[in-house]
Amino acid sequence: MKQVIHRKLSSNYLRLSLIFLLTFSTSLFAQEGDPVVGKSLFNANCIACHKLDKKMTGPALRKVESRLADAEGLDREWLYQWIKNSIGLVKSGDAYANKIYNEYNGAAMTSFPTLTNEDIDNILAYTNSEPTAAPPVAPGTVATSSTSSEGGISNKIILGALGLLFALLAGALFLVNKTLTNFAEAKGVVLAESPKRTPIWKAFIQNQFLVFVTVIGLMLASGYFVYGYFMQVGINQGYEPVQPIHYSHRIHAGDNGIDCKFCHSSSRVSKNAGIPSLNVCMNCHKSIYEVAPETQAEGLAEYGVDYNLEIKKLYDAVGWDDAEQKYTGKTSPVKWIQIHKLPDFAYFNHSQHVIVGGVECQTCHGPVEDMEIVSQHSPLTMGWCINCHRETDVKVKDNAYYTKIHEQLYKKYGKENFTAAQMGGLECGKCHY
Amino acid sequence: MSSNKKYWKSVEELKDSSIVETLKQNEFVQEIPTDEFLGDKDTLEASSTTRRDFLKYVGFSTAAASLAACEGPVVKSIPYVVQPDRIVPGVANYYATTIANGFDFASVLVKTREGRPIKIENNTLAATNGSANARVNASVLDLYDSLRVQGPMKGGNAISWSDFDSETTQALNSLKDSGKQIVLLTQTYASPSTSKLVSEFTEKYGNVNHVVYDAISESAALDAYQAMYGERGLANYDFSKAMTIVSVGADFLGDWQGGGFDSGYSNGRIPTNGKMSRHIQFESNMSLAGANADKRVPLTPTQQKLALAQLHSLIVGGSVNANDLPAKIKDAVQKTASELIKAGSNGVLVTGIQDVNAQTVVLEINTKLGSKAFDPKTPIKTRQGNNKAVQTLIADMKAGKVGAVIMSGVNPMYTLPNASDFAEGLKNTTLSVAFTSKEDETASVVQYIAAAPHYLESWGDVELKKGHFALMQPTIRPLFDTRQFQEVLLKWNENDVSLNDYIKSTWKQSILNGGSFNQALHDGVFVNNTASVNVTSEEVEQVEAPASNAARTLAASATSKGLELTLYSKVGMGDGQQANNPWLQEFPDPISRTSWDNYLTVSKADATAWNIVNENDSTGALNGSYVTLKLGETTLKNVPVIIQPGQAKGSVGLAFGYGRTSGLKDEMKTGVNAFTLYKDFNTTQNISIEPAGGMHEFACVQLQNTLMGRGDIIKETTLEIFNTYDSQDRKNGWNRIPMVSLNHVETPVTSPEVDLWDEFDRSIGHHFNLSIDLNACTGCGACVIACHAENNVPVVGKEEIRRSRDMHWLRIDRYYSSEETFAEDDSKKEGFSGLFGDNGSLGGFGELEDPADNPQVAFQPVMCQHCNHAPCETVCPVAATAHGRQGQNHMAYNRCVGTRYCANNCPYKVRRFNWFRYNGNDEFDYHMNNDLGRMVINPDVTVRSRGVMEKCSMCIQKTQKTILDAKRDGRVIKDGEFQTACSAACSNGAMVFGDINDKESKVAKLLEDDRMYHLLEYVGTKPNVQYHTKVRNTSEA
Repeated sequence: MKQVIHRKLSSNYLRLSLIFLLTFSTSLFAQEGDPVVGKSLFNANCIACHKLDKKMTGPALRKVESRLADAEGLDREWLYQWIKNSIGLVKSGDAYANKIYNEYNGAAMTSFPTLTNEDIDNILAYTNSEPTAAPPVAPGTVATSSTSSEGGISNKIILGALGLLFALLAGALFLVNKTLTNFAEAKGVVLAESPKRTPIWKAFIQNQFLVFVTVIGLMLASGYFVYGYFMQVGINQGYEPVQPIHYSHRIHAGDNGIDCKFCHSSSRVSKNAGIPSLNVCMNCHKSIYEVAPETQAEGLAEYGVDYNLEIKKLYDAVGWDDAEQKYTGKTSPVKWIQIHKLPDFAYFNHSQHVIVGGVECQTCHGPVEDMEIVSQHSPLTMGWCINCHRETDVKVKDNAYYTKIHEQLYKKYGKENFTAAQMGGLECGKCHY
Repeated sequence: MSSNKKYWKSVEELKDSSIVETLKQNEFVQEIPTDEFLGDKDTLEASSTTRRDFLKYVGFSTAAASLAACEGPVVKSIPYVVQPDRIVPGVANYYATTIANGFDFASVLVKTREGRPIKIENNTLAATNGSANARVNASVLDLYDSLRVQGPMKGGNAISWSDFDSETTQALNSLKDSGKQIVLLTQTYASPSTSKLVSEFTEKYGNVNHVVYDAISESAALDAYQAMYGERGLANYDFSKAMTIVSVGADFLGDWQGGGFDSGYSNGRIPTNGKMSRHIQFESNMSLAGANADKRVPLTPTQQKLALAQLHSLIVGGSVNANDLPAKIKDAVQKTASELIKAGSNGVLVTGIQDVNAQTVVLEINTKLGSKAFDPKTPIKTRQGNNKAVQTLIADMKAGKVGAVIMSGVNPMYTLPNASDFAEGLKNTTLSVAFTSKEDETASVVQYIAAAPHYLESWGDVELKKGHFALMQPTIRPLFDTRQFQEVLLKWNENDVSLNDYIKSTWKQSILNGGSFNQALHDGVFVNNTASVNVTSEEVEQVEAPASNAARTLAASATSKGLELTLYSKVGMGDGQQANNPWLQEFPDPISRTSWDNYLTVSKADATAWNIVNENDSTGALNGSYVTLKLGETTLKNVPVIIQPGQAKGSVGLAFGYGRTSGLKDEMKTGVNAFTLYKDFNTTQNISIEPAGGMHEFACVQLQNTLMGRGDIIKETTLEIFNTYDSQDRKNGWNRIPMVSLNHVETPVTSPEVDLWDEFDRSIGHHFNLSIDLNACTGCGACVIACHAENNVPVVGKEEIRRSRDMHWLRIDRYYSSEETFAEDDSKKEGFSGLFGDNGSLGGFGELEDPADNPQVAFQPVMCQHCNHAPCETVCPVAATAHGRQGQNHMAYNRCVGTRYCANNCPYKVRRFNWFRYNGNDEFDYHMNNDLGRMVINPDVTVRSRGVMEKCSMCIQKTQKTILDAKRDGRVIKDGEFQTACSAACSNGAMVFGDINDKESKVAKLLEDDRMYHLLEYVGTKPNVQYHTKVRNTSEA
């Protein structure tokens, strides 16, 4: 059934495009399109596989028309056919169509039967445009970075100048004072001598009570600090190691709003949240080979990182040849540095908290979406775990597992919500085995 | 009733109780050996370190250590580059596969974590194919054996597989027309595709002779079956269908005819509707089957033959002269015969006598009885060895008729009694190849060692029983540069298909009958009774034919010439191919409770006559005399002796599988090689014995963890009493709840008024209970190894076991009791007056139980009882052990400071102390001391360090996982989902685990059972482990 409908549909498309062809056939040749309309069409239809200046899933398209005309002697008519029904062209035995089909390992280009010739003209007009868009950005980045660095230098100069000014002022005051004293001496004015007083430290030593209180105070203070020091041993809150690839959670989770569990997918089913394997990165980064110019500029300016170089690091690790658009097979796994470490004797299960408990990742990991480099947000101590278990109500709604237990608890205690602790979440063996 | 019986764990306990007394008072037998460094005054004084210096050092090192600890180590975390679809870090995957190592055949489920197989479990879809025994459970550790051969070798040097291929193919081709035999000497594969490969190989190279060789042969039974039914196989038995089971020398709960009969047996042993099966055992060694029997008649192998012949004449007819039998045995035989006749089709008889006539007699008797348990139509295929063919092969080799010997899965240089003949014969061959995973005894005498993979890295198929097929699939990529025998056969046959494609096509052609291969692979098993695999040129087997009157010939052959030795295999070691497996070495034998050894078992009477002693030293460790065994020209020196209650007088026993010399670590080179006495593949031999000097040190856990004289830890009764009286009957109650006096009123100990503690509400959520049925437990020990694997229990080695420092979380206690009937025990006990004198209880108990007699045996698996009122919890100074409301007694290792107070206060002696760090410690060079061996560690369970107490956790990691899975799926947990490692491993139904708050669950119903009792109920600990009173069917039908 479905197939019939499908066939009908496609025949409809064919018919439609035929009508279009007939209607516009007179105005087909030498049509110059509108590059602005073309750009939006390009972004809507082509950008998943093509770039203007770079080979991706498909070839680079800048000046594709003239290139084809020069090298292969193919006209725009060929392009219409190709874009509207590339597979048909390949099957028809067209020499260049087959050549390009084989060059891309038999990956056929998606057919766009809905595009009119006019649309295609517009797109081609866009591809024929000169590469003017890029240069203005590049100087811009340089400019912004240079101004910012200039700003830094000028600040220092201002500060230095101010410092010098103050030094001069102080020197002047001293000189004035000295001169005035000289005058006074010369005039014979006798300056009043201050009476001799016991030095404060002597007075302090003589006051035994004060010494006693101070010593106690000092001891308490040092005790406090020593205790504080020892209590933070083994707690790595704020631990922010430099990672082999500068991966910005701020960009991915923050700016792009990618869900945490999209990449850390095993947190749904496993005790480990899992660091995504590199093939997960490549799902997007196969086509995102460089960041937007503004982002690049921001990275250089604020974090001193060339994001594009970091993407290159990913390609090296996963063995992706960006120029050839294929995997080389040479991989070098990334050795990330673990940030959140629980001791071996503590059992923690991500899926229990993420799926069953519905706890937000940020509850424990902090505002990761704002972190350029992830650091350990929580202390990860037992007290911290227990505290949350004491305060958090278990999500029993719509979970058949809890139906009976909740009913019994409700009968016994007459209340609706129960914390993890009340459900046995504080027992040693729940986490230590 | 039950409490009147006296139980004892060893002969020593009866003989001289002073050691036992000492041990009772001492939970930890050995003090911390401070004497070693403090005892020697001279050294102490000569030392330049003063006390003040010492304190300084301590201070500095403490400060340095704490400073060093301030910085956490940098831990790298390396994800996959491309993560395989099925692998999610932290989530286990299960694969169905089959073990077929020539001795053990079973369908299993393999648990893998992050691509590493870490545990073997039973494949519940494959109920017909036996289940994983202790050895199969331990087989996962063999995969990570650090002594595995890592690639093909020639003359001790590594070569490449391509060189191996070209050189061997050349040699084979040159032999093709030489007129010399090419011999494939293999284990029993029972594999349709391997048979097909071999026949293709035969076609290609001509003069090929495939000899199947079982290290421990069942050839006599195979020959008898073949003579009667025309097909090579073993009759199948389903003991669940039998009400009267008679065994003459067959340890059918052990490894008899491939094993795997115990679950059916246990099925019929649980008294339901007042009925249970009756089991009569005639045997010389105390075997597992004998230990479980209702009536056990100890007799020598010769007498066994006579008894069997007489049984035959009494049941089938004929006149056999069995006058040589002692009157008592003769009487027993006659009674047994009448019981079998009465049982008719409900009766079954089996024998383990390695004699084609004896086996024929059994087939005749079972046919005559029309036994329902006897199933000759689906023969067992897992033993196919042929004694005659092997003997002929050795003769041919010596005569120079053999050009090439290609061995796979066999180790003849270890398992052949005439290994030297074999070695001599090998010298006459131009090509000798051994497919092996170890540099074993045979590997050292062949030209080529073809490194073979472990079964968890292999493809394969097995026909376990006729029409019952199983598939073997790899669960991990080969760890080393190995190749299967079948893969190399494919190469030699110049067939380019891969082995799995080959198996797939074989199955599609002849087995699947249109079924899906993927489904079969998923299930691991496939049943098709009409399947037949085309194998051409099946050679005419050289078969030993039974005599025309088998029974008479059998009786005539029963002539004894002195002391009779019965060779047997232990459930913990089998034929010895897993000798480098530390779990199995440390596994205590169910009967003797001795690990790390084999030994000669001798009856008490014989031992006294030969002046052989067993004695315990002050720590409770067992020592035994050495003897020298002589069989013709062969002598076996320094065989240690254990005095075995129940051993037939005039007979001795010795286990196979020990005394390996190569391919294993020095620690594992234990025991003596019994195969040297395995002349003519006969397990019974006439030997002579000579005392040798010196005492052997055993690692026997028999006397360890004594129960403070609380003998009534085990409860048992007879079927008669069980059916007649109520369990709480005031006089004859067989499972009475102990009474205590409350305000001078007798109150059951279970009532809340007599409780010291306040009961705490456990009715909400889960409340776990483990039920252990002493009737269904055969003592096989699969649970012990399963527990080891699941819980990362360390191996401590022989010396530590001797010091009572074994780490088994689950032990199977074995108790002996003497009298045939309770009445005899009772009447004597009633007659006691006072402590001393003739009727004194002190000496009287000793007389009461004469170990030389035939004791009754009971097995009792004991693990942490998870008491609701746990004595350990109240004494822990740091609250490291605490109770959970799900009924589990928790142990927080990180909190434990090692006072060992809890272990001292535990009435069940189930707590284990880590005296050392057993992982990554060269002193304990077992699997946890190398990276390969550590791959078996379960990542969900902490590896304990030195100085902490540990014990059974009731597999809390498993129960928690089950709960979490249900929560995540948002569903109610079904009965049977909760499992512990032991309950999952127990295929006998002896261990049932579950939630008693689920009133419909099996375990909740078992809690209400009449037979249910708790260990040492009167202590009032309220354990969460239930036991079910053992019922013996002693009434003669």
